[in-house]
Amino acid sequence: MEIIQQLVNGISLGSIYALIALGYTMVYGIVKLINFAHGDVFMVGSFVGFYSITFLHLSFFPTLILSMVACALFGVLIERIAYKPLRNATRIAALITAIGVSLLIENGMIFFRGAQLEAYPNDILPTNKIDVLGVTVESKSLLILCVSVALMIILQFVVHKTKIGKAMRAVSHDAEAAKLMGINVDNTISATFAIGSSLAGAAGVIFGTYYYKIEPLMGVIPGLKAFVAAVLGGIGIIPGAMVGGLLLGVIESLVSAAGGSLWRDGVAFIILILILIFMPQGIFGKNKREKV
Amino acid sequence: MIKLKQTKGFWFSILFAFVLFTIVQIVIANAVINFYFVNMILTMGIYIILAVSLHLIIGITGQFSIGHAGFLAVGAYTSAVFTMKLGQPLWIGLIAGGLAAAIAGMLIGIPSLRLKGDYLAIATLGFGEIVRITFFNIDYIGGPSGMMVSQLTTWPWVFGCMLLTILVIRNFTNSTHGRACISVREDEIAADAMGINTTYYKVVAFLIGSFFAGVGGALWAHNFYIIQPSQFGFLKSFDILIFVVLGGLGSMSGAVIAAILLTLVSMLLTEYPETRMIIYSLILIFTMLYRPRGLLGTKEVTSLFTNRRNKKGGPKDGNTHTVA
Repeated sequence: MEIIQQLVNGISLGSIYALIALGYTMVYGIVKLINFAHGDVFMVGSFVGFYSITFLHLSFFPTLILSMVACALFGVLIERIAYKPLRNATRIAALITAIGVSLLIENGMIFFRGAQLEAYPNDILPTNKIDVLGVTVESKSLLILCVSVALMIILQFVVHKTKIGKAMRAVSHDAEAAKLMGINVDNTISATFAIGSSLAGAAGVIFGTYYYKIEPLMGVIPGLKAFVAAVLGGIGIIPGAMVGGLLLGVIESLVSAAGGSLWRDGVAFIILILILIFMPQGIFGKNKREKV
Repeated sequence: MIKLKQTKGFWFSILFAFVLFTIVQIVIANAVINFYFVNMILTMGIYIILAVSLHLIIGITGQFSIGHAGFLAVGAYTSAVFTMKLGQPLWIGLIAGGLAAAIAGMLIGIPSLRLKGDYLAIATLGFGEIVRITFFNIDYIGGPSGMMVSQLTTWPWVFGCMLLTILVIRNFTNSTHGRACISVREDEIAADAMGINTTYYKVVAFLIGSFFAGVGGALWAHNFYIIQPSQFGFLKSFDILIFVVLGGLGSMSGAVIAAILLTLVSMLLTEYPETRMIIYSLILIFTMLYRPRGLLGTKEVTSLFTNRRNKKGGPKDGNTHTVA
């Protein structure tokens, strides 16, 4: 039963990774940029959630929505200021800028509020224990899982059924052709950043309610791991990010259950290097031939 | 006579290096400046070694590696084990640190250099993290609390290693192999088509770069009394990366100048680490937005003096990166 317990923990952790990974994968799919600042958007979302719970006394769902809106705006702001001028620059230049933006957000946060920890209040969600076939599951982790899945379903709906989703798919397929067809590429890219960042904001609030402790550098490691999850599922592919996130969470939990809790952070990067070497297109990716 | 004229620049730089060394040595030996500034000069030297070694990988060969702190850590820990646990002198520690880092560079280089651009960047970042976590979990070298190392690094050692690094990497860049590396940077597919074994040259660049990063790590370990895995996180990699980016991707003197300038800046701001990081990140962003080739681009400082005279022939676009 211990294993199943760990599996449940892993799925909860994995759904957080999946939410962050979705933002990475959408942005990568559309502008071919690893948005290093994405993990820090997640951190900002977590703090927005914390302040709206403690100062505005909101309950869980209003907090979630507020944090998603704030992060969407923040993401668009980052895109407009830092990434848009570099749209035609080299990939390396964009990557270095993304690293710079990430450092700026982290240290700006430390500069304005200090590096100390904050703790989410633990009465936001009911903490009943539910027995499912002999496994004790906290109602909180079930709710979190449901919220994540609901967000992912909404995302699928947005991407496949709405006009902006169609535009996003068109731009990620071929930005030049999309422009010729009269799609406003700049706005579509901004919308992608907004959606991705709002998912990261939601992940931030969920992370806070699940693990309680938040701090300005909390986004770095989950951000990198979410990127690993995105690569694992095949970068640029939305279902891939979900599966990759859940898979990574489960693998990490199983590794800590097997006694390697100190190695837990290392596993993700070992998976990354193995995936990059043996299966760089990821689980869901198609093998693209490089043309000269 | 012609021979002498051609090598004039070389002898001039050797003379300059010797004068610089003597002045600093006299200043340190006579205790004109206090310990704080001596430490600053040593740190500067070590950062120059790291910046130049990363310059070979990113600036010359065009392989975007952000796991340089991993090689630094391997060099630091290996040398510390040799001097502290096995009782060897410093020079053995330096060589062992360099070789260990070079082996690590080869281990990570051979598989991951099949990757390109951002994928390689992420793989090297992952490598740096794996190194850090591995050291974190080995009790023999102190685990998370780190390892005490006695202070053995002196100015002659730092200067010697710095000079060696600069000379080797400069001569490598100007050799056939260095030109092959530059062609890999400019266009990998074209280089491949011209019969250059691109994988081989990428691994060689990684090997040399990581060797000198390991030497720098060894000097680092013996300068700060204690080494801990947490010192070698990716913030350290970014510290080194910013030297190369600010100095100009492809300019060794640019990397050296940036290392000197930013070490001064960070020494002034030691008490305000967030401000320092905010300034660093703004430098990264604004360099990329307004001057994406860095301060010097692919030019070298010396080309400002030499180019005016021998202008006949050659490219007109200032593409003089082989003039060191």
